[in-house]
Amino acid sequence: MAKFEISPNFQISRRKFLTAASLGASGIMLSGCDAFDSQLSIGSGLRGFLENANGLTYRAQRLLAGRDALAPEFTEADIRQPQRPNGVTAPDDDTYKGLLANNFADWRLEVSGLVEKPLSLSREQLQNMPSRTQITRHDCVEGWSCIAKWTGTPLSLVLDQAVVKPQARYVMFHCLDTIDRSLSGDIKYYGTIDLIDARHPQTILAYGLNGKPLPVENGAPLRVRVERQLGYKMPKYLYKIELVDSFANVGGGRGGYWEDNGYDWYGGI
Amino acid sequence: MESVARSQSATGPDAPVSSDSTLIYRQSRWTRLTHWIWAISLFFMLLSGLQIFNARPQLYIGKQSGFGYNNTIFEIGAVNTDAGPRGYTEIFGHRFDTTGVLGWSGPPGNETARGFPSWATIPSYYDLGTARVIHFFFAWILTTTLLVWLVASLVNGHIRRDLAPRLDDLRRLPRDIVDHAKLKFHHTREYNTLQKMAYGGVLFVLLPLMIITGLAMSPSMNSVLPFLNELLGGRQTARTIHFTVMLLLVGFFIIHILMILAAGPINELRSIITGWYRTDPPAHDDKTTERSA
Repeated sequence: MAKFEISPNFQISRRKFLTAASLGASGIMLSGCDAFDSQLSIGSGLRGFLENANGLTYRAQRLLAGRDALAPEFTEADIRQPQRPNGVTAPDDDTYKGLLANNFADWRLEVSGLVEKPLSLSREQLQNMPSRTQITRHDCVEGWSCIAKWTGTPLSLVLDQAVVKPQARYVMFHCLDTIDRSLSGDIKYYGTIDLIDARHPQTILAYGLNGKPLPVENGAPLRVRVERQLGYKMPKYLYKIELVDSFANVGGGRGGYWEDNGYDWYGGI
Repeated sequence: MESVARSQSATGPDAPVSSDSTLIYRQSRWTRLTHWIWAISLFFMLLSGLQIFNARPQLYIGKQSGFGYNNTIFEIGAVNTDAGPRGYTEIFGHRFDTTGVLGWSGPPGNETARGFPSWATIPSYYDLGTARVIHFFFAWILTTTLLVWLVASLVNGHIRRDLAPRLDDLRRLPRDIVDHAKLKFHHTREYNTLQKMAYGGVLFVLLPLMIITGLAMSPSMNSVLPFLNELLGGRQTARTIHFTVMLLLVGFFIIHILMILAAGPINELRSIITGWYRTDPPAHDDKTTERSA
């Protein structure tokens, strides 16, 4: 490493720098951490810059995990409690209440958008398709985890039946529960995943939980399981699947209800 | 790297008043650069991490959180009492009243139920999504910097020369502890035994453990490295370790600052900003200033 001479001037400037730096640092401390608050709202330049890291994480984890690496599965002995519900647990929407009153006999799953053959599947049709049962851990973005057994139809089978058009990039899930109310009306939960996760072997449309029909609080009659992502990527009270090439024009344009409220679109971390 | 010793008359408030103390080049540019990047990253990671923790201010042992059974070992919460709402912190079943700081805090008359108080989190208001954006951004910076430091320090000999413990260090340890307890500091080219243990512990144990437990909490990474959670005792244990390592790093930071203040802040800060460090005047058998590697 190169030597360098320190002139008296240079040394003084360092000391000045030091003083300035410590004054600056203590200024930040004194003004409190709300100094950063105003820079962090959705759409601000700084936040957009920081959010780049999430794109990096997405690419890095996709590279490492590939398309088919499986999330860990557990044993019956690991099921020690009911699956903890989160978000909306008792939808009070009229449509949903009507369907529930009839035990979902009139419920249909619509598959539309960029598909060759739009579908409208009854619960029976869906349950007559090949199923997958898996004991997996649900990780909530808040930090808690819960292990449960999920049974459902692999999403890839439904996509195959509908024949996805080549320009489709995302699967959008439309739900029956009102998660929020705004001035412009009710906001129903919605979310998106890419086709890699949509076709992952453990991605299922679940209608069974711990050997019983899926309870209302956990998303009856149908919810999504995307086992390599966090809980907010697994919508409940599903009624429509739409294949899209972009989610820019839906909601806040960030790909989901929670994403519109600041969560990252990629929930693999 | 060579250590450049040059004589210089003592100046500055904390310099030993001696005409034959010397300035030596002690910290390479890699050490200085990575040190400050870590300082900034860890500041943001800590404060955004406390915000993330506030979303679920509990720690558990095992693969999952106990709702139908009890595996909670740490909890921050708020309860209503006859004397109004109180904040509490519970550790292994022992409950402490922490009103005003943990569990229940805020400006007088405007308190709210919060795990960590507003002044200790980024953002100051409750916002899990934003805290995660900040946390993961700096996680990349911190990890990249650690890798850069590791390569640079292997190449320039910093690890071998300054951090690797030697047999001598063990022999010097008791003396070192006594000296530190008496706040008697030796300013030499080399780190003393406690410094080697502290810096080595942070760089080779705490930071890697932080990264590993962080990865173990990612559901996507669990599909790549399923053994990680098994090794650590389950995802919730990994989260608990992640939090515990944070406490240890905060403890290191406090001692680090106290040691700098006690050992002469100007001299210590100069060495981590410019690289140049003022050593003690050569004593009877002090050969450190002549050392060159």
